[in-house]
Amino acid sequence: MGLLVLASLLLITMSFRSGDDGPLSGVQSAGATVLRPFAVGVERVAQPFRDAYGWTDSLLNARSDAERYRAEVRELRQRAIQNEFALQENDYLRRLLRYQDSARFPGDFDPVTAEVIGRPPNAFTQAIVVAAGSRNGVRVNDPVVTAEGLVGIVTRVTRGTARIQLLTDQEAAVSAVDLGTSAEGIVLHARGTRETLVLDRVRKEDVVRVGDEIVTSGWSAAGLSSLYPKGIAIGKVTSVGQTDTDLFQQVQVDPFVDFGGLDAVIVLVPKERP
Amino acid sequence: MTAGDALRTGGVVFAAAVLQAVLFSTLLVAGGAPNLLLVVIVCLGLIRGSIAGAALGFAGGLVVDLLTLDTLGVTSLVLTLAGFWAGRYGETTARGRRLAPLLAVGVITLVAALFSVVLHYMLGDEVDARQALVSSLAPELVLNLLLALPVYALLRAIVRERSALEPTGEVELVV
Repeated sequence: MGLLVLASLLLITMSFRSGDDGPLSGVQSAGATVLRPFAVGVERVAQPFRDAYGWTDSLLNARSDAERYRAEVRELRQRAIQNEFALQENDYLRRLLRYQDSARFPGDFDPVTAEVIGRPPNAFTQAIVVAAGSRNGVRVNDPVVTAEGLVGIVTRVTRGTARIQLLTDQEAAVSAVDLGTSAEGIVLHARGTRETLVLDRVRKEDVVRVGDEIVTSGWSAAGLSSLYPKGIAIGKVTSVGQTDTDLFQQVQVDPFVDFGGLDAVIVLVPKERP
Repeated sequence: MTAGDALRTGGVVFAAAVLQAVLFSTLLVAGGAPNLLLVVIVCLGLIRGSIAGAALGFAGGLVVDLLTLDTLGVTSLVLTLAGFWAGRYGETTARGRRLAPLLAVGVITLVAALFSVVLHYMLGDEVDARQALVSSLAPELVLNLLLALPVYALLRAIVRERSALEPTGEVELVV
């Protein structure tokens, strides 16, 4: 018993201190590679049951969802026409100015679609493990998305698997902007909740409205740039408040991505790495 | 313990660890997920004793840490202690008590959560104690308790009890 506790403490110390380049990293990478087929196998077996649960669950809300989506389609159709004009104008002006931009999403990235094969079994880290690794071109700090929006960022990579820190992790932070008003802030996990986000550091004079969409801002300055390309959808503002004593507004954001129901994600691998 | 017993027990822990990392951690009910691996380790500790419980907890935790690319040793440490405590309880006061698995799983779920919070805090992780000890722990506790008796019954059918295999050094007085 004492030996096992000592071994655990030694593993923690070595793993914690050596980081991603230490001797234990190779062992962990090899172990993860050996265990990967088991995880993929279990995931494949479980998938039909998950789908059945999701299908049954969605039936309960089908009618109200359909009405909401119809209204959204009408609004988005109008917006798409306006955006098409704006895009053409934007392209023309960029060519005129020979504008040099940072990496753009999704054009400057190769998407690597990966199955989710694991989650740490605790409430302290919000992360997932996916079945794509360095042999697929995935590297640490590559952004991860789904069709709905931003999921997180790659924090660890082995040959065949990668660990992704979700946006709902306590340590995750993304610079973001309100698509409607250009108010800037940082998206963080809201304390005491599981999947709610907050847009922090929004100045009181900036305007943020309930219902506004929040996207990544993808800044670039003095040789440094955001890990996330600009324009990836994050979520919708659900409440805005401010008090006399707070320096910034309190903006709550409901993420577009259902972090609890992730089956597959897309890792954005840059076409050109610096 | 025969080679066959060791193989069966190891297989059960390995399967529970893979299922936990891939499947059970995603089964969120009211904000919490069941911890099948913890329940299995506690039940095996009760059935096989403290040393086996600790060893199986260490191995199961290691598999989870490898699969989830987590800091190696964290889950191992928690489950080693969980397996050992369950084993000691099984070797002493829990003998012959039908509800021992429920009590052991309940208490160890709570203590393990508290210990994990302290451990992650010491490692410098951002820890939201309210989330870890209230929001997700309450449903996890209920789900673990629901799993306890069926898992215990299943494991007793798969793995032979320690007392059936080898004599114990302790003596029970019947008055």
